Amino acid sequence: MKYLLQIYSDRAAAEFERLSEDEQSVVVGEYLAINQSPAVIGGEQLQPAETATTVRVENGQTILTDGPFVEAKEHLGGYLLVDADDLDAALEIAARIPAARMGGAVEVRPLVER
Amino acid sequence: MVSYVGDFDLAEEAVQEAFAAAAERWPRDGTPANPGAWLTITARNRAIDRLRRNRALAEKTRLLEMPEAVEDEMKGTIFPDERLELIFTCCHPALGLEAQVALTLRALGGLRTDEIARAFLVPEETMKRRLSRAKRKIKDAGIPFRVPADHLLPERLAAVLAVVYLIFNEGYGGRGDLAAEALRLGAALAELMPDESEVHGLLALMLLNDARREARFEGAELVLLADQDRSRWNAGQIARGRAALDRALALPGRGPYAIQAAIASLHMEEPRDWPQIAALYGELVRLTGSPVVELNRAIAVAEADGAEPALALVDRLELDGYQYFHSTRAELLRRLGRAAEARTEYERALELAHTEPERRFLRRRVAEVSH
Repeated sequence: MKYLLQIYSDRAAAEFERLSEDEQSVVVGEYLAINQSPAVIGGEQLQPAETATTVRVENGQTILTDGPFVEAKEHLGGYLLVDADDLDAALEIAARIPAARMGGAVEVRPLVER
Repeated sequence: MVSYVGDFDLAEEAVQEAFAAAAERWPRDGTPANPGAWLTITARNRAIDRLRRNRALAEKTRLLEMPEAVEDEMKGTIFPDERLELIFTCCHPALGLEAQVALTLRALGGLRTDEIARAFLVPEETMKRRLSRAKRKIKDAGIPFRVPADHLLPERLAAVLAVVYLIFNEGYGGRGDLAAEALRLGAALAELMPDESEVHGLLALMLLNDARREARFEGAELVLLADQDRSRWNAGQIARGRAALDRALALPGRGPYAIQAAIASLHMEEPRDWPQIAALYGELVRLTGSPVVELNRAIAVAEADGAEPALALVDRLELDGYQYFHSTRAELLRRLGRAAEARTEYERALELAHTEPERRFLRRRVAEVSH
């Protein structure tokens, strides 16, 4: 089954900034290791939510809004796409993502099977 | 002396329920920043709930009377060796607690949806939606149907035991059919996981507490342990509970359930072995860091070593506003002949008391220490 691991890392990013250089490189190493695990089939880091542009089309007119669609304290900071045996396997990968223990969170969503 | 046991029997039961809640929540939400305070607050809330429940007990039992015959539709489709996988699926922490409980009763207890709805006082439609949402999530999110891997097992097993204990406590509060259901689930788990100490510990705890069910109420009024008619205790069930406790203690890794069962067992002996009870509470304090458990330890210490050392323990606790803290402190002061201080504490406990029998008892105490 495929799962999207949505990484909410705003708070974790602040935490990351407070780390020493050595500690930061450990965290970066962890992200690289997760990206290389066989179950992970895709994933990227996003630019901050302030860079977002929201698009709606009403009566054929494209309406653009500067900023994210949902005003929230926490925004999506990145994602991983994983192909795992079951939810437990996906949850284990999610729990290894450093943001999850650094004040952020990871939302695990199954993809619709086609 | 016995009358003062009164308050703490109730306090102790409130603590047990707080554990049930903690055991369920902590694996999911992580241990709260201040587990002691959390347990205190929960224990207090549970005590209040319990007292409210007791008042309306007679009415509720009538309301919740369930038919004896329970359809076996789902059980029939499950092979015995699949029950274990099934309970881990039903109690998966990715499901909400209410869903876990409902699924477990439906799939393993074989209760019908309308029966579960009635047990939890929600409309059948609500329960139907809750169950079908949970089943959909199991399927669509890929919640596995298997016993978790070893490194996940302790946490997942804790979640399973918490669900069973929660069902039991719903039943213990008056819904006897749910308690019986929890006992059946506990016995099945002990059969399926014979090497897990806490599984036997939970079964022992439930059997020992349930053995006193008949003696716990006089009409709608709670009867405290020391005043209970022992001839109404279920001797066969006590024996089964103690056998389960022996198995739990013989296995490595004894935890809060086994220790609570050991305490429950000691409380049913006459005379009570207070030094041993105090030691077990000490073990429970080390496992939980709970001030409410420490208060219970102090009560045992008072019986074992006297009021002075017990008061020293109590005075270190930050439980202001917790009724049983004040009533315990009052009792210890009274025993030490410090009547004026005892009176102040009894009055504080009286302000916090929620039931008329408790208020009557405390008023009597205030009058006694006032001469």
